[in-house]
Amino acid sequence: MPVPMIDRRKLLLGSAALALSGCKVFDSATDRDSALRRLFASHEGLTQTAQRALIGDRLAPEFTEADIRQGQRPNGSVDPSGADYRQMAETGFADYRLTVSGLVDTPLSLSLADLTAMPSRTQITRHDCVEGWSCIAKWQGVPLGTVLTLAKPKLTARYAVFHCYDAIERSLSGEVFYYESIDLLDAYHAQTILAYAMNGAPLPVANGAPLRLRVERQLGYKMAKYVHTIELVDSFAGLGFGKGSYWADRGYEWYAGI
Amino acid sequence: MPTGPLVYRQRLLTRITHWVWAVSLFFLMLTGLQIFNAFPSLHIGMESGFDYDNAILQIGARETPDGLRGVTRVLGAEFDTTGILGVSDGEVRAFPAALTIPSKISLATGRVIHFFFAWVLVITLAVWLVASAVNGHLRQLIPTWADLKALPRDIADHARLRFHHGAEYGVLQKLAYASVLFVALPLMILTGLSMSPGFNAAAPWLLDLFGGRQTARTIHFLTMLALLGFFAVHMAMILLAGPLNEMRSILTGWYRTDGDKDARSDD
Repeated sequence: MPVPMIDRRKLLLGSAALALSGCKVFDSATDRDSALRRLFASHEGLTQTAQRALIGDRLAPEFTEADIRQGQRPNGSVDPSGADYRQMAETGFADYRLTVSGLVDTPLSLSLADLTAMPSRTQITRHDCVEGWSCIAKWQGVPLGTVLTLAKPKLTARYAVFHCYDAIERSLSGEVFYYESIDLLDAYHAQTILAYAMNGAPLPVANGAPLRLRVERQLGYKMAKYVHTIELVDSFAGLGFGKGSYWADRGYEWYAGI
Repeated sequence: MPTGPLVYRQRLLTRITHWVWAVSLFFLMLTGLQIFNAFPSLHIGMESGFDYDNAILQIGARETPDGLRGVTRVLGAEFDTTGILGVSDGEVRAFPAALTIPSKISLATGRVIHFFFAWVLVITLAVWLVASAVNGHLRQLIPTWADLKALPRDIADHARLRFHHGAEYGVLQKLAYASVLFVALPLMILTGLSMSPGFNAAAPWLLDLFGGRQTARTIHFLTMLALLGFFAVHMAMILLAGPLNEMRSILTGWYRTDGDKDARSDD
């Protein structure tokens, strides 16, 4: 090969190295208010619409007892430290109440005994964390739809917001308690349950005792643990930064089906 | 260098989609490594083993008397990869900052950009596939019987760095492009979709096909490596076969072919 060829190659390799170290160029996309971020995030509505059109009310895959090969890996908050929660945990959640409020005709306050007395659903499903790992476990709980039907949502209700006992963040401005939300389509899905048992035993504290949400067609962060209140709302204004969930307010997708 | 006539080899749509894919794959790979860094191990099966071992690759860091060391474990064999994998610039991270978008650790940003370009790739691939089926470009990529008979000679010519510049792609070229467009990219898209808990409800059979979500994730990663390998060979071939002619071809469509005396009989 003639000499100029090598120079060209060096030039190409040099520009490739420049391109790579130039990844910092895209760091502005981490700023959630930047135009670049808004452009990239523009796919989120398309993803949600496309997935919803494809899956309708189909079920997430379910597995068999033989597929449960390990415990459910706890993540996020694993031991809420609030005094009210600690006191409840010490007495086996005998004083626990689930509040259903907001845009409902019949606000509810249910004890754990009330919930376990209702017809339950048991499902062996795969939990997918946004980080990339998966874990298979058996969940038992009350279909959320059953509880919502008792509360009679008003026609204006669009989302179910879950308020939780765990302070996920502590800052100078105070504690931020975990909050998450799903729309009524997912809320009434057959596999969406308020789980109080896992792998045949009462739900452990690390996994969200006494009550956690299971939304099997979305990622793990949607499945709020330590739920104390379900609030039906028509918008996310007034909740966190307005995106409807602790993690959505921090740049993750609100619809986490992907 | 070829001295024959200029021929119009790549039509506009082929050139546009080529560059859209090049840009998309650049972002998909580097945001993919950002996403991988959030859980830097690859597993075989439906789930990731925490209480048992089904990992084939793990990248981590270890505190040693010599300081923090990056450790990469592949199929049970351990390697010290400090500076590149596991620990780089004194920071614990699987792939280094220079290989991820964004350079700092941000899973949320990596995901947003990854899925944006995944859509770009899927849509342009679909448009290209339909248009190419209609305009006959697909036939240019699929090796004919005559091509396959010429395969040994084409391999031997490539090994001797003797390149033919025909109006049609050579057989190795056809095989390389066809395996990217009809095997690697569809595999990337399908294994990617298999990782989506929402899409799993639509097509649970895909999970069975790939052997579970974590195996799909592993195949997704390995196919990325295969595409990276294609990219390296693709660049080498361009440099060796005459970069100006090759670049003119993929930018303007016009390609200078070999003169009559050295043209291939089957071209």
